[in-house]
Amino acid sequence: MSAELRIEVRFFASVREQLGCAQESVTVPATINTVGQLRDWLMARGGVWAKALAHDKPLRMAYQQVMCTADEPLDRKASQHELAFFPPVTGG
Amino acid sequence: MKIRIQTEDFDVSTELAAIQSDGVGAMVSFVGVVRPDQGVTHMELEHYPGMTEKSLTAIAQQAIERWQLNNVVIIHRVGVLEASEQIVLVAAASAHRGTAFSGCEFIMDYLKTDAPFWKKETGANGARWVDARSSDRSALDKWR
Repeated sequence: MSAELRIEVRFFASVREQLGCAQESVTVPATINTVGQLRDWLMARGGVWAKALAHDKPLRMAYQQVMCTADEPLDRKASQHELAFFPPVTGG
Repeated sequence: MKIRIQTEDFDVSTELAAIQSDGVGAMVSFVGVVRPDQGVTHMELEHYPGMTEKSLTAIAQQAIERWQLNNVVIIHRVGVLEASEQIVLVAAASAHRGTAFSGCEFIMDYLKTDAPFWKKETGANGARWVDARSSDRSALDKWR
């Protein structure tokens, strides 16, 4: 049984512009168990990824379309995974 | 409850008429507009389809339960908006004004911090993403 997870990752607003990417489907290794670990895994690509997702940036995250923190666990039982990274929201 | 994300403008009177019903003695509405500050000519509003509707529904549901509101409408526009155009409408219908005022303000305060919208404004100095304000987050303290 493969423990790899396929995750739809989405980027919005300034993060999307910085990365030049709105959405990407990634397959992550079994060692990735939380939202924060996935962020670090993407940052390890280096370059613009390390910059746009850097820890000193006020980045917000949502897992399965619900706002979450870095320690949010990825749900191994879910059939689909959607993770999003974006700057603090400014609607209204 | 009515939650809409749309590019078209909205008519406040029409929306208020739609939430009036038996038992409603007060309706409070809030309208946000594009502030023509510092030469801002227009802004572009981006959102996260799916999550936006989900988060607004959750916020409206909380307000309805907490203040026993009869009805709530939230309309938020996206896309390109010119200076002075309407951006957002939040309206709450209730038996009495106190709960309608509180419900409307609660929804607006949480929309500001939890609903995934982003504004990019264009003015004399080009385009820039609007920064989030820390005062928006501290506005939530009064609801805890």
